[in-house]
Amino acid sequence: MAGHGTSNYQPKNKVVRWVDSRLPIFSLMNEQAIVFPTPKNLNYLWTFGAILSFMLATMMISGIVLAMHYAANTELAFDRVEHIMRDVNFGWLIRYIHAVGASMFFFAVYMHIARGLYYGSYKAPREILWMLGVVILILMMATGFMGYVLPWGQMSFWGATVITNLFSAIPLVGPSIVEWLWGGFAVDNATLNRFFSLHYLLPFVIAGVVVLHIWALHEVGNNNPTGVSVKSSKDTVPFHPYLTMKDFFALVCFMVLYAYFVFYIPNYLGHPDNYIEADPLVTPAHIVPEWYLLPFYAMLRAIPSKLGGVVVMFSSLLILFVVPWLDTSKVRSAKYRPMFKIAFWVFVISCIALGWLGSQPAEGVYVMLARFFTFYYFAFFLILMPLLGIIETPKPVPNSIAESVLARHHGSTATVGSGEGRPDAAPAAPKKD
Amino acid sequence: MPLKSMTAAGLLSRFARLALAGGLAAGLSGAALAAEEGHSLIEKQDWSFGGVFGTYERAQLQRGYKVYREVCSLCHSMDRLAFRNLHQPGGPEFSEEAAKQIASEYQIPDISNETGQPFDRPGTLTDHFPAPFPNKAAAQAANGGAYPPDLSLIAKARAEHRGFPGFIVDAFANYAENGPDYIYALLTHYEDPPAGVEPVPGKHYNPVFLSGDWISMPKPISDGQVEYTDGTSETVEQYSADVSAFLMWAAEPKLEERKEIGFRVMIFLIVFAVLLYLTKRKLWRNVEH
Repeated sequence: MAGHGTSNYQPKNKVVRWVDSRLPIFSLMNEQAIVFPTPKNLNYLWTFGAILSFMLATMMISGIVLAMHYAANTELAFDRVEHIMRDVNFGWLIRYIHAVGASMFFFAVYMHIARGLYYGSYKAPREILWMLGVVILILMMATGFMGYVLPWGQMSFWGATVITNLFSAIPLVGPSIVEWLWGGFAVDNATLNRFFSLHYLLPFVIAGVVVLHIWALHEVGNNNPTGVSVKSSKDTVPFHPYLTMKDFFALVCFMVLYAYFVFYIPNYLGHPDNYIEADPLVTPAHIVPEWYLLPFYAMLRAIPSKLGGVVVMFSSLLILFVVPWLDTSKVRSAKYRPMFKIAFWVFVISCIALGWLGSQPAEGVYVMLARFFTFYYFAFFLILMPLLGIIETPKPVPNSIAESVLARHHGSTATVGSGEGRPDAAPAAPKKD
Repeated sequence: MPLKSMTAAGLLSRFARLALAGGLAAGLSGAALAAEEGHSLIEKQDWSFGGVFGTYERAQLQRGYKVYREVCSLCHSMDRLAFRNLHQPGGPEFSEEAAKQIASEYQIPDISNETGQPFDRPGTLTDHFPAPFPNKAAAQAANGGAYPPDLSLIAKARAEHRGFPGFIVDAFANYAENGPDYIYALLTHYEDPPAGVEPVPGKHYNPVFLSGDWISMPKPISDGQVEYTDGTSETVEQYSADVSAFLMWAAEPKLEERKEIGFRVMIFLIVFAVLLYLTKRKLWRNVEH
């Protein structure tokens, strides 16, 4: 993790100095979490990184405690979850923290991704940072899906049946793959067992990729709302205390929302059918996945052919890997890209619309709408991203972060040596954060 | 997810408006579909356990238990409840003596430690509520082929699909009582089928029922069927409300503890957030950003 600050760190404490000269962990922490130079114009959308770290830790800790009381066996799983809810001390709290936490985790990750898309955080030199993020997203989806199977309710069972059956669409080897995934000829005890095993494993894999993600971030530094690279120390503040404090404040605000769901509407985001024990002989009227997978479920069902649907659904995730090369614009931030900005917000609306369509029956007008929004989802990446970079005329971009900050404050606050800068660069719009 | 759309409003282009209009049209047609299914008969009741400070009403849960015991339990099991639960805080809170008395009125099948032979003994606090039928097939045989579901979780396992605008409003309105609302509506909506509708043999007309208008369960309760000793009116409406509240407690026995802790957590977090904000503002005061 080179490139930031020089190693003039001299711990005062003797023991710390002794350790640090043998294992420079204190130097590393100092460099990466204390003095790490961070753009000073980051808005609150940049706090989702810290929030996501908190969520990963919360999910792992609550999950480990739940696993102490759970049994991955089709005869026992549903009973054990109710045992946690009724007889384990604060079991209801731990389970609701974990179940609602999954939704909060996805809400935060979608905000984080949307921010990256809006401000062009995927562009050079942050391509690998972005791609590692996509890997984390896919791992999160797999983990979330398998976690939903563990309570062994009706939606657990039928969700698992529908999703694993997707692989049967693969030509020739499809059915064999499905049996291999199941460990038998249907979703059953073997399936539940391996899903539990993987559900426990994958978060640690995610944690590993998160380390790489942060490593890549600290190599190239944060993007920022202007999209202009850091030019000098005038553009930055030390990570601690400035960003730690801001992140901490945002995190506690996020926890207010989280706590509201956990304590007042814990089952709001769940499906009532999952309080019915899994029954392979009774199919629910509508099989729906958790809300955070609904947009992808809508894309799957929008395509008339099964294989086509599966291909489209997986492509919708895989396409994210090539986003850094699909976008041809020289300007990073959508703030200075009037056309891209519109395309972006329509994309957001499309995702929300797909989410809603995923929860509706796959018939009539719903399917037509799902096709329309699926088309836009892909058109945004494959047509608009390459095209807009060529035909769009970006607004003037400030020369530096410091200049953009001064221009924004121009005339409002007394600034020493305040800039002639470029008053037209950033109109005196009220600051958002 | 719906939260994301908030900031979008000011930035909608002509194309975005078009997309939104499409979505709205579909939303309206969805609402129309829901209305056609007749589930708007489910009305929100005024439950003591609703809202931020909601608690169960002891007397109501005790009445509800009486209704369950004398009516529902003839066909429905309640596997996850033990007699000790009747005495635990946050529930009907029968005295320990009363709970022991209730338990002892049931005969529980057991196996003798001495002879190894099955025998029946009076229930104790640690026993779970015994099921009315030995197994599923026996339950079905006695109920015209229909299986009366276990009631332990029924108040969380049934809910009307709220549709597009409703489900967003519910989150802000802190509405989490759709289960008991459904049970109440179901129990109070046994009716004669409308003219021209052919009766289904062995089924009973109930427009609230989620899986169609015809339910296997006959009208379970009538006015005056269960005797209340505390002067509460003995009507189907009152019975239905009491038993719905009881079933909600059975499904969510830690609701009171949850809401009580939740309030303290919320106050702490909000005060903490304000303090952090003030600290953050002071820290950033001299930094142009």
